[in-house]
Amino acid sequence: MSSKDVGMQPAGARAAPMGLPASPSRDDLVKQAPPGPGSGGVGWLQANMAKLVLSPSLAVTLVFVYGFIVWTVVLSFSTSRLLPIYKWAGLEQYARLWATPNWYVAIKNLGIYGGLYIAISLFLGLFIAILLDQRIRGEGGLRPIFLYPMAISFIVTGTAWKWFLNPGLGLDRVMHSWGWTSFTFDWLINPDMAIYTVVIAGVWQTSGFIMAMFLAGLRGIDNEVIKAAQIDGAPTLQIYWRIIIPQLRPVFLSALIILLHMAIKSYDLVIALTGGGPGNATELPSTFMYSYTFTRNAMGVGAASAVMMLMTIAAVIVPYLYSELRERRT
Amino acid sequence: MSVDAGSAAISARGPRIIIYGLLILFAVFYLLPLYVMLVTSLKPLSEIQSGNMLQLPQAPSFYAWEKAWGAACIGVTCEGLKGFFWNSIRMVVPAVTISTILGALNGYVLTKWKFRGHKLIFGLMLFGCFIPFQVVLVPMAQVLGRLGLASSTPGLVLVHIVYGLGFTTLFFRNFYVAFPDELVRAAMMDGAGFFRIFWRILLPASLPIIVVTVIYQFTNIWNDFLFGASFTSGDAAPMTVALNNLVSSSTGVKEYNVDMAAALIAALPTLLVYVVAGRYFVRGLMAGAVKG
Repeated sequence: MSSKDVGMQPAGARAAPMGLPASPSRDDLVKQAPPGPGSGGVGWLQANMAKLVLSPSLAVTLVFVYGFIVWTVVLSFSTSRLLPIYKWAGLEQYARLWATPNWYVAIKNLGIYGGLYIAISLFLGLFIAILLDQRIRGEGGLRPIFLYPMAISFIVTGTAWKWFLNPGLGLDRVMHSWGWTSFTFDWLINPDMAIYTVVIAGVWQTSGFIMAMFLAGLRGIDNEVIKAAQIDGAPTLQIYWRIIIPQLRPVFLSALIILLHMAIKSYDLVIALTGGGPGNATELPSTFMYSYTFTRNAMGVGAASAVMMLMTIAAVIVPYLYSELRERRT
Repeated sequence: MSVDAGSAAISARGPRIIIYGLLILFAVFYLLPLYVMLVTSLKPLSEIQSGNMLQLPQAPSFYAWEKAWGAACIGVTCEGLKGFFWNSIRMVVPAVTISTILGALNGYVLTKWKFRGHKLIFGLMLFGCFIPFQVVLVPMAQVLGRLGLASSTPGLVLVHIVYGLGFTTLFFRNFYVAFPDELVRAAMMDGAGFFRIFWRILLPASLPIIVVTVIYQFTNIWNDFLFGASFTSGDAAPMTVALNNLVSSSTGVKEYNVDMAAALIAALPTLLVYVVAGRYFVRGLMAGAVKG
């Protein structure tokens, strides 16, 4: 999303590695801000002040992020059930996890939800961004409408959609009163369809943010090539397909990473919308982890599932961060 | 520059009508849930049960809002959301303040006082932004318990500072990277120390990124559910947890109007921030995150 100028950026970007890109050429000018003692000759304290200031944050990160990850990994190799017990159990909990039918339901649901959520958000985001990029009158008024869902909590979103899709009183009733009496919409209570309501609400919440990213990308594209193609008489659709969209590759990548990581972390929305139900029809790894750890007295299995989630995200994020940070070549 | 906008814009008349039509359709899709929430919250229950949810209320009343705020039952107490609202305020203010200050200092160190390994440290902190928090829940609960902070607002403040640091550091780092090193060096020549340079030279230029960070952190922490649900119970819960308890409680008659009013109350602070500071936020974010 490294574009020079846009009118906007997401409001409550929940997931944002925003601005990871954009390599600072200026950085090279000053290889090293002299960290040495200033001309005052204040000695050790002054010389190490920077490290001293950074150290609490680093310590906190090492303990609360990395230490806790190790702790959870240890738990996943222990016999813990109701409470943490540090007795070695080898891979027993992982074996148990992968023998739990519910875990497969959670993974399958994550596949459906994640796949659709990412695909639709990307498509819708790009589509609306392109529409908005057509010198639209009132663009300034439309943008906030697409973006405001980002500012509100997934719990609110879930509550709102749960009511809107309420079988009987919601969309059903509206259609009936408009004369379409055979219309039924029972996805919320239909085990086969409930997961798609999560997709709808999720897309509603995030696609505006993705739109903002694409719009930023569109506004950053070099005009010369487009002008040249127009002079050659290329139709607009083809200009988009052949010239503009390929140039949005970096935006696609950033958006994909953000959406993927949001999908895997999705928890609040499911809780508010379906509570994981009906039955276990909308179970996701996140809800699985929570219930096995805290309510089903299977802390070891819960820890194992948390480790699986972490590894999935790490497999995507670590190479991404590595390449982003390397590019800076400071 | 909006001069760049739509360099490949379609100008034929027919397609333009379709474009506007589609945009309006999408706008309706995004506005509909908010509209339905609002209308429902202003209706009496009888009207909700008999009528169409899209209809405007025949006799709008704030009954549901008053009840959601002060009298709805959440768990065993029937005092509405107000206590939980203040819980969230008491959680958000210190958490945002402290994480922003630390982020600013970290960003300053990581760009103007680089030392060996600064990149690795930044990377380590950044990765902390992305971990699925499920992987820290149990250890965190244990530590909070041992610190005597279980089910307390200070406990949540600690949690949000810790897991917000990566973001605040990222924002300030990307902002300060573009700040001229020459100025910092000149100040150093003059004998200014670490904090003096920060206070007199960087901080006065940091307003945009401070606004961005504060809004971002405010939104994230206010909207958090997982930590609130995991580490608090009963009266200590933040707003989102209370809202979920209210909405999913199944005792008595389901008062959809109260649910919707409650949801709107929970959404109001962040929506307000978005409406009031949206423009400024946007400008700052571009300056901080993208200009690099």
